[in-house]
Amino acid sequence: MRANFIFSEVWIGLRRNLTMTIAVIITVAVGMAMLGVGLMIKAQVGAMKGYWDDKVEISVFLCNKGSAMPACNGKAVTTAQIKTLEGHIKGIQGVKEVFYEDQASAYKNFQESYAANKALVEATKVEDMPQSFRVKLVDPDNYQPIIQAIEGQPGVSQVMDQKQLIGKFFDLLDKLSFYALAVAIILVLAAALLIGNTVRLSAFNRRRETGIMRLVGASNLYIQLPFVMEGTIAGLIGGVFAAVILIVTKVFLFEEIAGYFGDVTAQLTWNDVAQAITVTMIIGVLICVLASFVTLRRYLRV
Amino acid sequence: MIHFDNVTKVYTNQNRPALDHVSVDVDKGEFVFLVGPSGSGKSTFLRLILKEERPNSGAIHVAGKDLARLSNFKVPHLRRRIGCVFQDFRLLPNKNVYENVAFALEVIGKPRRFIRKVVPEVIELVGLEGKAHRMPDELSGGEQQRVAMARAFVNRPMILLADEPTGNIDPATSIGIMKVLDRINRTGTTVVMATHDAAIVDSMRKRVVELEDGKIVRDQSRGVYGQAY
Repeated sequence: MRANFIFSEVWIGLRRNLTMTIAVIITVAVGMAMLGVGLMIKAQVGAMKGYWDDKVEISVFLCNKGSAMPACNGKAVTTAQIKTLEGHIKGIQGVKEVFYEDQASAYKNFQESYAANKALVEATKVEDMPQSFRVKLVDPDNYQPIIQAIEGQPGVSQVMDQKQLIGKFFDLLDKLSFYALAVAIILVLAAALLIGNTVRLSAFNRRRETGIMRLVGASNLYIQLPFVMEGTIAGLIGGVFAAVILIVTKVFLFEEIAGYFGDVTAQLTWNDVAQAITVTMIIGVLICVLASFVTLRRYLRV
Repeated sequence: MIHFDNVTKVYTNQNRPALDHVSVDVDKGEFVFLVGPSGSGKSTFLRLILKEERPNSGAIHVAGKDLARLSNFKVPHLRRRIGCVFQDFRLLPNKNVYENVAFALEVIGKPRRFIRKVVPEVIELVGLEGKAHRMPDELSGGEQQRVAMARAFVNRPMILLADEPTGNIDPATSIGIMKVLDRINRTGTTVVMATHDAAIVDSMRKRVVELEDGKIVRDQSRGVYGQAY
């Protein structure tokens, strides 16, 4: 096997079909990037779920004086009610821990969260803040029965589960990753067809050479390899571009977004990115090789 | 060397056979002219030897191998032992004489040192010394055919098939081409040449096999082109 001969043939083929080669590279790059982004979103959702599962809790807000919630009837919760409630919540199956947050600490949290909005902080008094229970669950996904058990108890104004709020965000991410994968499949199909066409053009351009090669007894591998390599190299270059796109996406998009929703542990790791790149590379190159071979069988009689 | 036993070839979508129960034997080192009008089956005969086509019935042996039993991936090895020359030369226009001849060896994976040694030898054998770096379009038709012959012979095949090699060349130049073919034949290579050129056949006085409508109508040693009764 004369490697430099094969490579010079490949180089000639790629140069002659430059525009087609560029089209293949772009399509593969975008398609593989989409596939990679889809995989990365999935990994990101996984990381954030793990992070939030430790953090999410049910907030049980208690009645204030003059509360607008119909369950309160405009009366503030009494100390006795708080005691019974705490006992009740602790008795529910699936509850891990219960914390009580009084008005003072609620106000402190409020001040911290809205530090930028001085007018709001100044307008709010300690008495306006609701007292609440923070309930941690054994299984954060199984919040429905616990909420039901707490809602309607005397002194409870509102039960809020963070899981419900975050769940919407996760659903959105899931949808995004689904769309990215759908677009990736379409683009991969387009890439396969483009590669097929490129190889066909290439085979037509070099029909003299291949005719002579056949005649003088070159083996099938020798005749077909340059064509398959053409597709593979175009696919590889596309894959490298896709890898660059994925790395850029991780740094400028995922890290930015994930910053709002959790700390470092909620972030996509470089390991996840490397996995996405490996998978997309393998799929990209496999598709290129397959498309080349299928086309060659049709257009290059050996 | 070449053995046809009752070979019939019918192309799909055609009723009339291209070759009709043909039996021929060509021995090692022979020079055989294949004559007959267009469509008489000469080219089919040559294509069958290369296993570019398969016969519908009958057996073909080339260089001791039964072609029917030769698996597809061994066909290239068969073709390495057979050189081919055509009416239209089939040179690569973007390669010079040396590169065109070397191409035949490169694509079968011969080492570069071997190629550097044998290519100049064979270029000299066909009478193109000093023209190794010319491009095909700088050469006359006769010279181009010599390049094609050099390429066909550079791997020292056992058999050389020539399909109307003088078809595009004027009579005076054709004589030179025939001299090269004769030289190749004298090295022990079996030569089968399909031709329409009566003058050449008559002058060479070699074995003549005449085909008509796919049947052998004459097989004469030291024959001429026309009927020599």
